[in-house]
Amino acid sequence: MLHISPEEIVETLLMVQQQHLDIRTVTLGISIGDCGADTADEMGRRLYEKVTHAAERLVPVCEAIEREYGIPIRNKRISVSPVAAVAGRCACDDLTPVALAMDRAAETAGVDFIGGFSALVHKGVGAADDALIRSIPSALAATARVCSSVNVASTRAGMNMDAIARMAHTVKETAALTAEADSIGCAKLVVFANMVEDNPFMAGAVHGAGEADAVINVGISGPGVVRAIIEALPDDADLTAVAEAIKATSFKITRAGELVAREAARRLGVAMGIVDLSLAPTPAEGDSVAEILEAMGVERCGAPGTTTALALLNDAVKKGGAMGTSSIGGLSGAFIPVSEDAGMVRAVQDGALNLEKLEAMTAVCSVGLDMIAIPGDTPAETIAGIISDACAIGVINNKTTAARLIPAVGKVAGDHVSWGGLLGAAPVMDVSRWSSARLINRGGRMPAPLGSLRN
Amino acid sequence: MKTRAIVSVLGADRVGIVAAISAALAEQEVNIEDIRQTILSDVFSMTMLVTIDEDTHPFEDVHAHLATVADELGMQVTLQREDVFRFMHRV
Repeated sequence: MLHISPEEIVETLLMVQQQHLDIRTVTLGISIGDCGADTADEMGRRLYEKVTHAAERLVPVCEAIEREYGIPIRNKRISVSPVAAVAGRCACDDLTPVALAMDRAAETAGVDFIGGFSALVHKGVGAADDALIRSIPSALAATARVCSSVNVASTRAGMNMDAIARMAHTVKETAALTAEADSIGCAKLVVFANMVEDNPFMAGAVHGAGEADAVINVGISGPGVVRAIIEALPDDADLTAVAEAIKATSFKITRAGELVAREAARRLGVAMGIVDLSLAPTPAEGDSVAEILEAMGVERCGAPGTTTALALLNDAVKKGGAMGTSSIGGLSGAFIPVSEDAGMVRAVQDGALNLEKLEAMTAVCSVGLDMIAIPGDTPAETIAGIISDACAIGVINNKTTAARLIPAVGKVAGDHVSWGGLLGAAPVMDVSRWSSARLINRGGRMPAPLGSLRN
Repeated sequence: MKTRAIVSVLGADRVGIVAAISAALAEQEVNIEDIRQTILSDVFSMTMLVTIDEDTHPFEDVHAHLATVADELGMQVTLQREDVFRFMHRV
Protein backbone atom coordinates (compact mmCIF):
# COMPACT_ATOMS: atom_id res chain seq x y z
CA MET A 1 0.00 0.00 0.00
CA LEU A 2 1.10 3.52 -0.80
CA HIS A 3 0.91 5.25 2.57
CA ILE A 4 2.18 8.52 1.19
CA SER A 5 -0.15 10.60 -0.94
CA PRO A 6 0.90 11.64 -4.44
CA GLU A 7 0.49 15.28 -3.29
CA GLU A 8 3.09 14.73 -0.56
CA ILE A 9 5.46 13.15 -3.05
CA VAL A 10 5.07 16.05 -5.47
CA GLU A 11 5.51 18.53 -2.59
CA THR A 12 8.81 16.88 -1.70
CA LEU A 13 10.01 16.96 -5.31
CA LEU A 14 9.11 20.66 -5.62
CA MET A 15 10.95 21.43 -2.38
CA VAL A 16 14.13 20.03 -3.91
CA GLN A 17 13.71 21.11 -7.52
CA GLN A 18 12.25 24.60 -7.15
CA GLN A 19 12.87 25.71 -3.57
CA HIS A 20 16.49 24.64 -3.05
CA LEU A 21 15.80 22.12 -0.29
CA ASP A 22 19.09 20.46 0.43
CA ILE A 23 21.28 19.33 3.25
CA ARG A 24 23.71 22.19 3.63
CA THR A 25 26.48 20.09 5.09
CA VAL A 26 27.38 16.64 6.34
CA THR A 27 30.37 17.20 8.58
CA LEU A 28 32.54 14.41 9.92
CA GLY A 29 34.06 15.37 13.26
CA ILE A 30 37.35 13.62 13.95
CA SER A 31 39.32 13.62 17.18
CA ILE A 32 43.00 14.35 16.63
CA GLY A 33 43.80 13.98 20.33
CA ASP A 34 46.41 11.32 19.50
CA CYS A 35 48.21 13.42 16.88
CA GLY A 36 50.30 15.55 19.24
CA ALA A 37 54.04 15.53 18.48
CA ASP A 38 57.28 17.34 19.28
CA THR A 39 57.30 19.29 16.03
CA ALA A 40 54.61 20.92 13.91
CA ASP A 41 55.74 18.90 10.87
CA GLU A 42 55.35 15.60 12.71
CA MET A 43 51.99 16.66 14.13
CA GLY A 44 50.89 17.55 10.60
CA ARG A 45 52.00 14.14 9.31
CA ARG A 46 50.03 12.32 12.02
CA LEU A 47 47.00 14.54 11.44
CA TYR A 48 47.07 13.86 7.69
CA GLU A 49 47.17 10.08 8.26
CA LYS A 50 44.41 10.18 10.84
CA VAL A 51 42.05 12.43 8.90
CA THR A 52 42.49 10.85 5.47
CA HIS A 53 41.93 7.38 6.93
CA ALA A 54 38.86 8.39 8.96
CA ALA A 55 37.30 10.37 6.10
CA GLU A 56 38.13 7.93 3.31
CA ARG A 57 34.51 6.99 2.62
CA LEU A 58 32.81 10.26 3.60
CA VAL A 59 32.29 11.67 0.11
CA PRO A 60 31.23 8.45 -1.68
CA VAL A 61 28.80 7.59 1.13
CA CYS A 62 27.24 11.06 0.98
CA GLU A 63 26.97 10.88 -2.80
CA ALA A 64 25.17 7.53 -2.57
CA ILE A 65 22.72 8.93 -0.01
CA GLU A 66 22.05 11.92 -2.26
CA ARG A 67 21.18 9.68 -5.19
CA GLU A 68 19.09 7.19 -3.24
CA TYR A 69 17.02 9.70 -1.28
CA GLY A 70 16.88 12.39 -3.93
CA ILE A 71 18.00 15.13 -1.54
CA PRO A 72 21.16 17.00 -2.51
CA ILE A 73 23.95 17.21 0.06
CA ARG A 74 25.56 20.48 -0.87
CA ASN A 75 28.77 20.16 1.16
CA LYS A 76 30.79 17.41 2.74
CA ARG A 77 33.18 18.69 5.37
CA ILE A 78 35.51 17.72 8.16
CA SER A 79 36.09 19.19 11.59
CA VAL A 80 38.94 18.25 13.91
CA SER A 81 39.71 18.88 17.57
CA PRO A 82 40.92 22.45 18.19
CA VAL A 83 44.53 22.28 17.03
CA ALA A 84 45.78 24.38 19.95
CA ALA A 85 44.40 21.80 22.39
CA VAL A 86 46.57 19.09 20.80
CA ALA A 87 49.66 21.19 20.07
CA GLY A 88 50.86 21.49 23.68
CA ARG A 89 53.73 19.05 23.15
CA CYS A 90 55.01 20.98 20.21
CA ALA A 91 57.38 23.65 21.47
CA CYS A 92 57.15 25.77 18.35
CA ASP A 93 56.05 29.28 17.45
CA ASP A 94 54.58 28.44 14.07
CA LEU A 95 51.78 25.93 13.55
CA THR A 96 51.36 26.71 9.84
CA PRO A 97 52.70 23.22 8.90
CA VAL A 98 49.70 21.73 10.72
CA ALA A 99 47.34 23.91 8.66
CA LEU A 100 49.10 22.82 5.47
CA ALA A 101 48.59 19.18 6.47
CA MET A 102 44.90 19.88 7.16
CA ASP A 103 44.58 21.44 3.71
CA ARG A 104 46.16 18.41 2.02
CA ALA A 105 43.98 16.04 4.05
CA ALA A 106 40.85 17.92 2.98
CA GLU A 107 41.94 17.77 -0.64
CA THR A 108 42.63 14.03 -0.45
CA ALA A 109 39.25 13.42 1.24
CA GLY A 110 37.50 15.50 -1.44
CA VAL A 111 35.92 18.02 0.94
CA ASP A 112 35.80 21.79 0.39
CA PHE A 113 36.51 22.90 3.96
CA ILE A 114 38.14 21.53 7.10
CA GLY A 115 37.61 23.31 10.42
CA GLY A 116 39.52 23.20 13.66
CA PHE A 117 42.57 25.43 13.28
CA SER A 118 41.21 26.80 16.50
CA ALA A 119 41.85 27.84 20.08
CA LEU A 120 39.70 28.53 23.11
CA VAL A 121 41.06 31.51 25.01
CA HIS A 122 38.01 32.95 26.77
CA LYS A 123 39.80 32.87 30.11
CA GLY A 124 43.45 32.84 29.23
CA VAL A 125 45.96 32.24 26.45
CA GLY A 126 48.24 29.18 26.82
CA ALA A 127 51.53 28.69 24.99
CA ALA A 128 49.92 26.56 22.26
CA ASP A 129 47.03 29.01 21.93
CA ASP A 130 49.56 31.80 21.53
CA ALA A 131 51.36 29.89 18.78
CA LEU A 132 48.11 29.09 17.01
CA ILE A 133 46.82 32.66 17.02
CA ARG A 134 50.21 33.87 15.78
CA SER A 135 50.02 31.33 12.93
CA ILE A 136 46.50 32.19 11.77
CA PRO A 137 47.39 34.84 9.14
CA SER A 138 50.05 32.73 7.42
CA ALA A 139 47.99 29.53 7.78
CA LEU A 140 44.93 31.07 6.12
CA ALA A 141 47.03 32.71 3.42
CA ALA A 142 48.81 29.44 2.59
CA THR A 143 45.73 27.21 2.47
CA ALA A 144 42.43 27.12 0.57
CA ARG A 145 40.31 24.79 2.68
CA VAL A 146 41.36 25.41 6.26
CA CYS A 147 38.99 27.29 8.56
CA SER A 148 40.02 28.89 11.80
CA SER A 149 38.07 29.95 14.87
CA VAL A 150 38.95 31.41 18.25
CA ASN A 151 36.64 31.53 21.26
CA VAL A 152 37.29 34.76 23.16
CA ALA A 153 34.33 34.91 25.52
CA SER A 154 31.83 32.76 27.36
CA THR A 155 28.92 33.32 29.69
CA ARG A 156 30.74 31.36 32.39
CA ALA A 157 34.10 33.09 32.04
CA GLY A 158 33.27 36.56 30.76
CA MET A 159 35.10 38.30 27.94
CA ASN A 160 38.85 38.16 27.42
CA MET A 161 39.30 41.72 26.16
CA ASP A 162 43.03 41.24 25.55
CA ALA A 163 42.23 38.28 23.29
CA ILE A 164 39.57 40.30 21.49
CA ALA A 165 42.06 43.10 20.81
CA ARG A 166 44.60 40.57 19.61
CA MET A 167 42.09 38.88 17.31
CA ALA A 168 41.27 42.26 15.76
CA HIS A 169 44.95 42.62 14.83
CA THR A 170 44.98 39.00 13.62
CA VAL A 171 41.99 39.75 11.36
CA LYS A 172 43.83 42.74 9.91
CA GLU A 173 47.04 40.76 9.35
CA THR A 174 45.07 37.99 7.66
CA ALA A 175 43.40 40.57 5.43
CA ALA A 176 46.79 42.01 4.50
CA LEU A 177 48.32 38.61 3.66
CA THR A 178 45.40 37.76 1.36
CA ALA A 179 44.92 41.28 -0.02
CA GLU A 180 45.22 40.20 -3.64
CA ALA A 181 42.13 37.98 -3.26
CA ASP A 182 39.86 40.57 -1.60
CA SER A 183 41.24 39.52 1.81
CA ILE A 184 39.60 36.09 1.51
CA GLY A 185 41.58 34.75 4.48
CA CYS A 186 39.22 36.60 6.82
CA ALA A 187 36.24 34.75 5.32
CA LYS A 188 37.71 31.60 6.90
CA LEU A 189 38.19 33.09 10.37
CA VAL A 190 35.51 33.37 13.06
CA VAL A 191 35.77 34.96 16.50
CA PHE A 192 33.28 33.38 18.90
CA ALA A 193 31.53 33.87 22.18
CA ASN A 194 30.13 30.63 23.63
CA MET A 195 31.53 28.46 20.81
CA VAL A 196 29.76 25.09 20.56
CA GLU A 197 31.46 21.70 20.35
CA ASP A 198 29.33 20.15 17.62
CA ASN A 199 28.85 22.86 15.02
CA PRO A 200 28.79 21.35 11.50
CA PHE A 201 28.93 24.74 9.74
CA MET A 202 32.04 26.52 8.57
CA ALA A 203 34.03 28.49 9.28
CA GLY A 204 33.49 27.74 12.98
CA ALA A 205 33.30 23.94 13.05
CA VAL A 206 35.47 22.13 15.58
CA HIS A 207 35.32 18.63 17.03
CA GLY A 208 34.77 19.26 20.73
CA ALA A 209 36.42 17.62 23.72
CA GLY A 210 33.15 16.01 24.80
CA GLU A 211 32.65 14.11 21.55
CA ALA A 212 33.31 10.51 20.51
CA ASP A 213 36.34 9.74 18.30
CA ALA A 214 34.35 10.31 15.13
CA VAL A 215 30.88 11.70 14.71
CA ILE A 216 28.52 12.82 11.94
CA ASN A 217 26.88 16.21 12.34
CA VAL A 218 24.39 17.52 9.81
CA GLY A 219 23.37 21.08 9.00
CA ILE A 220 20.01 21.55 7.32
CA SER A 221 19.13 24.21 4.82
CA GLY A 222 15.95 25.35 3.16
CA PRO A 223 15.34 29.11 3.31
CA GLY A 224 13.70 28.83 -0.12
CA VAL A 225 11.20 26.26 1.17
CA VAL A 226 10.26 28.45 4.14
CA ARG A 227 9.85 31.51 1.93
CA ALA A 228 7.64 29.57 -0.51
CA ILE A 229 5.37 28.42 2.31
CA ILE A 230 4.98 31.99 3.61
CA GLU A 231 4.27 33.33 0.13
CA ALA A 232 1.57 30.70 -0.28
CA LEU A 233 -0.29 32.03 2.77
CA PRO A 234 -3.16 34.52 2.26
CA ASP A 235 -2.02 38.16 2.39
CA ASP A 236 -3.99 38.76 5.56
CA ALA A 237 -2.66 35.69 7.43
CA ASP A 238 -1.71 36.84 10.93
CA LEU A 239 1.68 36.17 12.51
CA THR A 240 0.37 33.19 14.48
CA ALA A 241 -0.54 31.57 11.18
CA VAL A 242 2.89 32.48 9.77
CA ALA A 243 4.59 30.85 12.78
CA GLU A 244 2.44 27.72 12.39
CA ALA A 245 3.34 27.42 8.70
CA ILE A 246 7.05 27.81 9.42
CA LYS A 247 6.88 25.18 12.18
CA ALA A 248 5.25 22.62 9.89
CA THR A 249 7.85 23.21 7.17
CA SER A 250 10.73 23.18 9.62
CA PHE A 251 9.59 19.75 10.81
CA LYS A 252 9.86 18.36 7.28
CA ILE A 253 13.25 19.94 6.61
CA THR A 254 14.58 18.68 9.92
CA ARG A 255 13.34 15.16 9.24
CA ALA A 256 15.30 15.15 5.99
CA GLY A 257 18.37 16.15 8.01
CA GLU A 258 17.70 13.51 10.66
CA LEU A 259 17.36 10.81 8.00
CA VAL A 260 20.58 11.81 6.26
CA ALA A 261 22.45 12.04 9.58
CA ARG A 262 21.29 8.58 10.70
CA GLU A 263 22.03 7.00 7.35
CA ALA A 264 25.46 8.62 6.92
CA ALA A 265 26.48 7.64 10.46
CA ARG A 266 25.26 4.07 9.95
CA ARG A 267 27.05 3.61 6.62
CA LEU A 268 30.27 5.13 7.94
CA GLY A 269 30.10 3.15 11.17
CA VAL A 270 30.46 6.22 13.38
CA ALA A 271 28.24 7.90 15.97
CA MET A 272 25.44 10.19 14.87
CA GLY A 273 25.96 13.53 16.52
CA ILE A 274 23.50 16.31 15.97
CA VAL A 275 21.21 17.98 13.49
CA ASP A 276 21.83 21.73 13.35
CA LEU A 277 18.57 23.56 12.69
CA SER A 278 20.19 26.74 11.40
CA LEU A 279 18.50 28.03 8.27
CA ALA A 280 21.55 28.61 6.10
CA PRO A 281 21.30 30.73 2.97
CA THR A 282 23.44 30.42 -0.15
CA PRO A 283 24.18 33.08 -2.77
CA ALA A 284 21.73 31.31 -5.14
CA GLU A 285 18.71 33.44 -5.99
CA GLY A 286 15.75 32.39 -3.83
CA ASP A 287 17.84 30.65 -1.17
CA SER A 288 17.80 33.67 1.10
CA VAL A 289 16.93 34.31 4.75
CA ALA A 290 16.47 38.03 3.99
CA GLU A 291 13.80 37.13 1.46
CA ILE A 292 11.91 35.15 4.13
CA LEU A 293 11.78 38.27 6.29
CA GLU A 294 10.64 40.28 3.27
CA ALA A 295 7.95 37.67 2.50
CA MET A 296 6.77 38.12 6.09
CA GLY A 297 6.21 41.79 5.41
CA VAL A 298 9.20 44.13 5.72
CA GLU A 299 9.80 45.99 2.47
CA ARG A 300 13.55 45.38 2.63
CA CYS A 301 15.55 43.39 5.14
CA GLY A 302 16.75 45.95 7.69
CA ALA A 303 13.52 47.97 7.80
CA PRO A 304 11.95 48.45 11.25
CA GLY A 305 10.27 45.15 12.13
CA THR A 306 13.13 43.05 10.74
CA THR A 307 14.30 41.95 14.20
CA THR A 308 10.73 40.93 15.06
CA ALA A 309 10.37 38.91 11.87
CA LEU A 310 13.74 37.23 12.44
CA ALA A 311 12.86 36.41 16.06
CA LEU A 312 9.61 34.78 14.95
CA LEU A 313 11.37 32.84 12.18
CA ASN A 314 14.16 31.61 14.45
CA ASP A 315 11.78 30.49 17.17
CA ALA A 316 9.31 28.77 14.84
CA VAL A 317 12.12 26.87 13.07
CA LYS A 318 13.29 25.52 16.43
CA LYS A 319 9.80 24.55 17.56
CA GLY A 320 9.10 22.61 14.36
CA GLY A 321 12.58 21.13 14.32
CA ALA A 322 12.34 19.98 17.93
CA MET A 323 9.61 17.55 16.86
CA GLY A 324 11.77 16.33 13.99
CA THR A 325 14.85 15.25 15.89
CA SER A 326 15.94 14.48 19.42
CA SER A 327 19.47 15.49 18.54
CA ILE A 328 19.29 19.25 18.05
CA GLY A 329 22.71 20.78 18.37
CA GLY A 330 25.33 23.00 16.86
CA LEU A 331 24.29 26.60 16.43
CA SER A 332 20.62 26.03 15.55
CA GLY A 333 19.67 29.62 14.82
CA ALA A 334 19.07 31.41 11.53
CA PHE A 335 22.22 32.60 9.77
CA ILE A 336 22.38 36.12 8.41
CA PRO A 337 25.71 36.22 6.53
CA VAL A 338 25.68 39.22 4.23
CA SER A 339 27.80 38.02 1.31
CA GLU A 340 26.25 34.53 1.24
CA ASP A 341 22.67 35.80 0.94
CA ALA A 342 21.50 37.61 -2.22
CA GLY A 343 18.66 39.30 -0.30
CA MET A 344 21.07 40.64 2.34
CA VAL A 345 23.37 41.99 -0.37
CA ARG A 346 20.44 43.73 -2.05
CA ALA A 347 19.32 45.21 1.28
CA VAL A 348 22.80 46.64 1.91
CA GLN A 349 23.03 48.03 -1.63
CA ASP A 350 19.63 49.68 -1.25
CA GLY A 351 20.71 51.32 1.99
CA ALA A 352 18.15 49.37 4.05
CA LEU A 353 20.59 47.34 6.11
CA ASN A 354 23.60 48.56 8.07
CA LEU A 355 26.06 47.15 10.58
CA GLU A 356 24.09 48.42 13.56
CA LYS A 357 20.88 46.71 12.40
CA LEU A 358 22.81 43.47 11.84
CA GLU A 359 24.04 43.74 15.42
CA ALA A 360 20.46 44.08 16.66
CA MET A 361 19.46 41.05 14.58
CA THR A 362 22.31 39.11 16.21
CA ALA A 363 20.44 39.34 19.49
CA VAL A 364 17.67 37.07 18.20
CA CYS A 365 19.51 34.55 16.02
CA SER A 366 22.95 32.99 15.88
CA VAL A 367 26.29 34.09 14.45
CA GLY A 368 25.18 37.61 13.69
CA LEU A 369 27.99 39.70 12.30
CA ASP A 370 28.82 37.23 9.60
CA MET A 371 30.62 37.68 6.28
CA ILE A 372 30.64 41.45 6.45
CA ALA A 373 33.13 43.34 4.31
CA ILE A 374 34.31 46.58 5.91
CA PRO A 375 36.80 49.21 4.71
CA GLY A 376 40.40 48.01 4.71
CA ASP A 377 41.59 51.00 6.73
CA THR A 378 39.21 50.32 9.64
CA PRO A 379 41.34 50.68 12.81
CA ALA A 380 42.03 47.45 14.73
CA GLU A 381 40.42 49.00 17.82
CA THR A 382 37.20 49.58 15.89
CA ILE A 383 37.22 45.96 14.70
CA ALA A 384 37.80 44.89 18.30
CA GLY A 385 34.86 47.05 19.35
CA ILE A 386 32.58 45.40 16.79
CA ILE A 387 33.74 41.92 17.85
CA SER A 388 33.28 42.73 21.55
CA ASP A 389 29.75 44.06 20.96
CA ALA A 390 28.80 40.80 19.22
CA CYS A 391 30.39 38.85 22.09
CA ALA A 392 28.61 40.92 24.73
CA ILE A 393 25.24 40.01 23.22
CA GLY A 394 26.20 36.33 23.40
CA VAL A 395 27.68 36.42 26.88
CA ILE A 396 24.81 38.32 28.49
CA ASN A 397 22.10 36.33 26.71
CA ASN A 398 23.75 32.95 27.21
CA LYS A 399 23.94 32.16 23.50
CA THR A 400 26.50 31.72 20.76
CA THR A 401 27.49 34.80 18.80
CA ALA A 402 30.37 35.40 16.45
CA ALA A 403 31.95 37.87 14.13
CA ARG A 404 33.40 37.15 10.71
CA LEU A 405 34.58 40.53 9.46
CA ILE A 406 36.59 41.11 6.32
CA PRO A 407 38.50 44.44 6.31
CA ALA A 408 39.13 44.32 2.57
CA VAL A 409 42.51 45.87 1.89
CA GLY A 410 42.37 48.89 -0.40
CA LYS A 411 38.56 49.01 -0.41
CA VAL A 412 36.28 51.72 0.90
CA ALA A 413 32.58 51.73 1.79
CA GLY A 414 30.49 51.16 -1.33
CA ASP A 415 33.19 49.16 -3.16
CA HIS A 416 32.48 45.56 -4.08
CA VAL A 417 34.36 42.41 -3.09
CA SER A 418 33.90 38.88 -4.42
CA TRP A 419 35.20 35.61 -3.04
CA GLY A 420 33.28 33.24 -5.30
CA GLY A 421 31.41 30.03 -4.59
CA LEU A 422 29.46 29.73 -1.36
CA LEU A 423 31.33 32.65 0.18
CA GLY A 424 29.65 34.94 -2.31
CA ALA A 425 30.20 38.63 -2.93
CA ALA A 426 29.28 41.76 -1.00
CA PRO A 427 29.36 45.52 -0.92
CA VAL A 428 31.84 47.00 1.55
CA MET A 429 29.80 48.34 4.47
CA ASP A 430 30.27 51.60 6.28
CA VAL A 431 31.71 51.51 9.80
CA SER A 432 31.24 54.08 12.55
CA ARG A 433 33.95 56.74 12.47
CA TRP A 434 33.84 57.17 16.25
CA SER A 435 36.73 55.55 18.06
CA SER A 436 36.60 52.56 20.42
CA ALA A 437 40.32 52.81 21.19
CA ARG A 438 40.16 53.96 24.83
CA LEU A 439 37.78 51.18 25.81
CA ILE A 440 39.64 48.47 23.91
CA ASN A 441 43.09 49.57 25.11
CA ARG A 442 42.02 49.13 28.72
CA GLY A 443 42.24 45.40 28.09
CA GLY A 444 41.69 42.94 30.92
CA ARG A 445 38.65 40.76 31.30
CA MET A 446 35.02 41.70 31.37
CA PRO A 447 33.74 39.65 34.33
CA ALA A 448 31.17 36.93 33.75
CA PRO A 449 27.62 38.20 34.15
CA LEU A 450 25.52 37.49 37.22
CA GLY A 451 23.36 35.28 34.99
CA SER A 452 26.23 32.79 34.77
CA LEU A 453 25.95 31.91 38.48
CA ARG A 454 23.44 29.13 38.12
CA ASN A 455 24.72 26.40 40.40
CA MET B 1 18.03 -6.97 0.51
CA LYS B 2 14.57 -5.73 -0.49
CA THR B 3 14.28 -1.95 -0.68
CA ARG B 4 11.00 -0.09 -0.94
CA ALA B 5 11.16 2.96 -3.14
CA ILE B 6 8.93 5.53 -4.79
CA VAL B 7 8.99 6.14 -8.52
CA SER B 8 7.47 9.46 -9.54
CA VAL B 9 6.82 10.43 -13.14
CA LEU B 10 5.85 13.92 -14.32
CA GLY B 11 5.52 15.40 -17.79
CA ALA B 12 3.33 15.98 -20.85
CA ASP B 13 0.73 13.25 -21.34
CA ARG B 14 1.17 10.85 -24.27
CA VAL B 15 0.58 7.25 -25.25
CA GLY B 16 2.75 4.56 -23.67
CA ILE B 17 4.18 6.20 -20.55
CA VAL B 18 2.90 3.58 -18.10
CA ALA B 19 3.95 0.82 -20.48
CA ALA B 20 7.48 2.16 -20.88
CA ILE B 21 8.06 2.72 -17.18
CA SER B 22 6.57 -0.65 -16.21
CA ALA B 23 8.68 -2.44 -18.82
CA ALA B 24 11.83 -0.71 -17.57
CA LEU B 25 11.05 -1.77 -14.01
CA ALA B 26 10.29 -5.34 -15.08
CA GLU B 27 13.66 -5.56 -16.84
CA GLN B 28 15.29 -4.81 -13.50
CA GLU B 29 12.98 -7.28 -11.73
CA VAL B 30 11.46 -4.45 -9.74
CA ASN B 31 8.05 -5.35 -8.32
CA ILE B 32 5.29 -2.75 -8.52
CA GLU B 33 3.12 -2.79 -5.38
CA ASP B 34 0.91 0.23 -5.89
CA ILE B 35 0.25 2.81 -8.59
CA ARG B 36 -1.54 6.17 -8.43
CA GLN B 37 -1.92 8.04 -11.68
CA THR B 38 -3.75 11.17 -12.72
CA ILE B 39 -3.75 13.96 -15.32
CA LEU B 40 -3.64 17.49 -13.90
CA SER B 41 -4.04 20.26 -16.54
CA ASP B 42 -2.48 18.06 -19.22
CA VAL B 43 0.40 17.10 -16.94
CA PHE B 44 0.76 13.38 -16.49
CA SER B 45 1.52 12.52 -12.87
CA MET B 46 2.18 9.01 -11.60
CA THR B 47 3.58 7.68 -8.36
CA MET B 48 4.47 4.06 -7.83
CA LEU B 49 5.46 2.13 -4.74
CA VAL B 50 8.01 -0.48 -5.81
CA THR B 51 10.27 -3.07 -4.25
CA ILE B 52 13.82 -3.43 -5.51
CA ASP B 53 15.78 -6.62 -4.90
CA GLU B 54 19.20 -5.09 -4.30
CA ASP B 55 20.91 -8.49 -4.20
CA THR B 56 20.31 -8.93 -7.92
CA HIS B 57 19.72 -5.36 -9.08
CA PRO B 58 21.44 -2.69 -6.99
CA PHE B 59 19.60 0.58 -6.42
CA GLU B 60 22.18 2.40 -8.55
CA ASP B 61 21.50 0.15 -11.56
CA VAL B 62 17.73 0.64 -11.38
CA HIS B 63 18.30 4.37 -10.98
CA ALA B 64 20.53 4.51 -14.06
CA HIS B 65 18.14 2.39 -16.13
CA LEU B 66 15.17 4.61 -15.28
CA ALA B 67 17.21 7.70 -16.13
CA THR B 68 17.75 6.33 -19.65
CA VAL B 69 14.04 5.65 -20.08
CA ALA B 70 13.23 9.13 -18.74
CA ASP B 71 15.46 10.66 -21.39
CA GLU B 72 13.81 8.62 -24.14
CA LEU B 73 10.32 9.61 -22.94
CA GLY B 74 11.25 13.23 -22.28
CA MET B 75 9.64 12.89 -18.84
CA GLN B 76 10.91 13.64 -15.36
CA VAL B 77 11.32 10.32 -13.58
CA THR B 78 12.70 10.09 -10.04
CA LEU B 79 13.46 7.08 -7.89
CA GLN B 80 13.85 7.62 -4.17
CA ARG B 81 13.92 5.35 -1.15
CA GLU B 82 10.52 5.33 0.50
CA ASP B 83 11.79 6.29 3.97
CA VAL B 84 12.46 9.87 2.92
CA PHE B 85 8.72 10.49 2.46
CA ARG B 86 7.75 8.64 5.62
CA PHE B 87 10.32 10.67 7.56
CA MET B 88 9.29 14.03 6.16
CA HIS B 89 5.54 13.70 6.14
CA ARG B 90 4.61 11.57 9.15
CA VAL B 91 5.06 12.50 12.82
